[in-house]
Amino acid sequence: MRAVDALMECLKAEGAEVVFGLPGGANLPTYDAFCDAGIRHILVRHEAGGGHAAEGYAKATGRVGVALATSGPGATNLVTPICDAMMDSVPVVFITGQVRTELLGTDGFQEADTIGITMPIAKHSFLIQQPLELPRSIHEAFHIARTGRPGPVVVDIPQDLSRAAITYEPVSDVRLPGYQPTTEGNQKQIRLAAKALANSRRPVIYAGGGVVCGEAGTELIEFATADRFPVTCTVMGLGAFPAPHEQWLGMLGMHGTRSANYAIDEADLICAIGARFDDRVTGQLTEFAPRAKFIHIDIDPAEISKNVPAHIPIVGDARNILPRLTAAYRALAPDPARLEGWWSRIRAWQQRHPLRYDDSADSEIKPQFMIEALYEATAGEAIVTSDVGQHQMWTAQYFHFSRPRQWINSGGLGTMGFGLPAAMGAKVGRPDQTVVCIAGDGSVQMNAQELATCVQEGIAIKVFVMNNGYLGMVRQWQELFWDGRYSHVETGPWPDLVKLAQAHGATGMRCADKRTLVTDFKEALAIDGPVLVDVRVTREENTFPMIPAGKPARDMVG
Amino acid sequence: MGEPATKDVLSLDELEVAGQLRTGRKHILSILVENKPGVLTRIAGLFARRGFNIDTLAVGPTADEKISRITLTLDGAKHPIDQVTKQLHKLVNVIKIRDLEPQDTLSRELALFKISADDSGRAEVMQICEIFRAKIVDVSRRSVVVEVTGTCDKVDAFERLVRPFGLVEMGRTGEIAIARGRGET
Ligand SMILES: Cc1cc2nc3c(=O)[nH]c(=O)nc-3n(C[C@H](O)[C@H](O)[C@H](O)COP(=O)(O)OP(=O)(O)OC[C@H]3O[C@@H](n4cnc5c(N)ncnc54)[C@H](O)[C@@H]3O)c2cc1C
Ligand SMILES: Cc1ncc(C[n+]2csc(CCOP(=O)(O)OP(=O)(O)O)c2C)c(N)n1
Repeated sequence: MRAVDALMECLKAEGAEVVFGLPGGANLPTYDAFCDAGIRHILVRHEAGGGHAAEGYAKATGRVGVALATSGPGATNLVTPICDAMMDSVPVVFITGQVRTELLGTDGFQEADTIGITMPIAKHSFLIQQPLELPRSIHEAFHIARTGRPGPVVVDIPQDLSRAAITYEPVSDVRLPGYQPTTEGNQKQIRLAAKALANSRRPVIYAGGGVVCGEAGTELIEFATADRFPVTCTVMGLGAFPAPHEQWLGMLGMHGTRSANYAIDEADLICAIGARFDDRVTGQLTEFAPRAKFIHIDIDPAEISKNVPAHIPIVGDARNILPRLTAAYRALAPDPARLEGWWSRIRAWQQRHPLRYDDSADSEIKPQFMIEALYEATAGEAIVTSDVGQHQMWTAQYFHFSRPRQWINSGGLGTMGFGLPAAMGAKVGRPDQTVVCIAGDGSVQMNAQELATCVQEGIAIKVFVMNNGYLGMVRQWQELFWDGRYSHVETGPWPDLVKLAQAHGATGMRCADKRTLVTDFKEALAIDGPVLVDVRVTREENTFPMIPAGKPARDMVG
Repeated sequence: MGEPATKDVLSLDELEVAGQLRTGRKHILSILVENKPGVLTRIAGLFARRGFNIDTLAVGPTADEKISRITLTLDGAKHPIDQVTKQLHKLVNVIKIRDLEPQDTLSRELALFKISADDSGRAEVMQICEIFRAKIVDVSRRSVVVEVTGTCDKVDAFERLVRPFGLVEMGRTGEIAIARGRGET
């Protein structure tokens, strides 16, 4: 068989049920192999759409996503999704075509040094140099993508090699002497952490995306409720702990709740679990949790003490560590009453500073209201993806995620245009679920072409565009921190999003009246097939509360 | 501080940060890598990305043809070494890293010096060579080329001494190192 036929066998053996891609000269052999392979291939309209769809698929299902592109421009179009997957630890295998081996390094037609370009933004990469290496490399790519700290892996296949005849033997082992992720936490460290927790009077659990991708949601709840530990999550961790829970403080960080940020500020012990102390969370490092000691649980040793020094580092898989930590903590039988003072302080903050906004007195739709309406219309059950900007933060604040993998967004890279294709991928992976994309009018235009893919493939995503006619988040910064001098942030009412939806063959709707919003949303959700709803919201609303860049949590505004 | 295995009370005040960030001394990292294309680029890229300066770098085969050894030195006063080694460990092709303890390590570097040495200076240069057990490998009317091996400090010292005669050019390999005694590096 040809190397590309072996590639198909490998994909099947890895359980890859769907591939998002777009063909070209350098991967013609691969596309020929699809004709007989019996693998679902979804033809996207732009490779970036395919890459983000593979991410959305991976985030919704926990399985490895697969995206395909040709050499040169196809591969460079994947650069953003690869980097996005790296930043957010998403397991995706990116397979790119490459020019024939004899053309490598000669500026051949559609040649780009894909491995060179993607090296700093991929977990690992393979340039196939022998046709026989292909099957092993594919299996190793899947293995690396899904294990340890998940991430993107690039496999670059020169066209001539992909056509070569090989005998395919299934590969059942991977040989990666330099790759042995630590999953099991050190018992001594776990006991030490339990003791520190037992002695703390103002503890906070700070959980992140690692709990979600490590499938440790249940274990987190068990641990947190072993006592009454207050819990906050990063943007990436939302859903890891159920939002409607009495120990839930809300999100922390720049646009987090006051209670979460004040609790971090006054904590004596912070237990970070699968979170990486991003600067959107810590702000000025010297001002971050100045009174606290840190337990840091992370599968990636390089995260320990990277930004914030850890007093008790525990390297390993949260799912392995948390039950053992819970047991060790229980064994100490600490007095729960010692947390009462802490909780009364937290409850006071919660009462004084709930998330709030001034709602309109008329029909005007406030952006926060839009999210609440969508939460109501979906009964809080839908899988939600978002783009990047104000609408993303309002979704994080007002849509109360109750389970892991319910919330899919681009946090680390902050990629506008992520939401719509990610929703497409999520819906392909979870066809049984309602999948909603909350987009910005700026962001949605960066990958709106995938609406055509959704229509062609019958992928019934529901896109709700929070249309403020601005690059809202940037406008907010210009208003607050650049003396209100607006520079190139107004996008106006173009394009007509209803017509845009219709031109792609999807249903387009427009909402501008808050009084009927919930029923309008329910109607949109009930429509068969892909729908795009243009929601006209207050144009110049700001996302609050907010820690101004470089300021401590105490100085939150709004 | 209370032993983790005991029931002693653990006061949070006693907890200290694990791992020291900047050591303030020179480090020799011996890195075993899979002998695959692009490995050096990955390592160099990792340093470049964090703005770290590699002082010296030497790459060569090991007893196992599938594995190469990279020896690199860098300044622990400028860079947090433990963070670098952790990042290096993350590279899939990196098999093993040793941050060699200077006192338990044999390290050598090879250097070639082209020194201007006319009749007046030549005898003196040759004397210095003798002290350093350096070899004169080429002689012309106006200059000599000298080969020196030794620790980096020795080569530095040699350079200081011959510089006044007129150093035309020099090339240094960067240190290679292995651990003393029986154990593997
Ligand atoms: C406009 C905008 C505003 C933002 N504002 C905020 C904000 O206010 N608050 C906020 O929190 N974020 C905010 N973000 C997101 C922020 O940029 C970061 O993406 C986010 O804080 C990182 O989340 P995390 O720490 O959970 O780490 P992630 O990026 O989710 O990383 C996961 C961590 O878990 C580890 N891990 C993975 N698997 C496991 C496992 N099995 N066991 C243990 N550990 C594991 C990984 O090694 C990694 O360290 C914002 C982003 C944008 C675009
Ligand atoms: C690809 C890309 N380009 C630029 C940015 C910078 N940026 C961050 S938020 C934002 C505005 C997004 O506008 P919109 O999608 O309309 O969302 P809103 O903030 O109005 O809700 C911009 C331009 C980005 N994150 N991604």
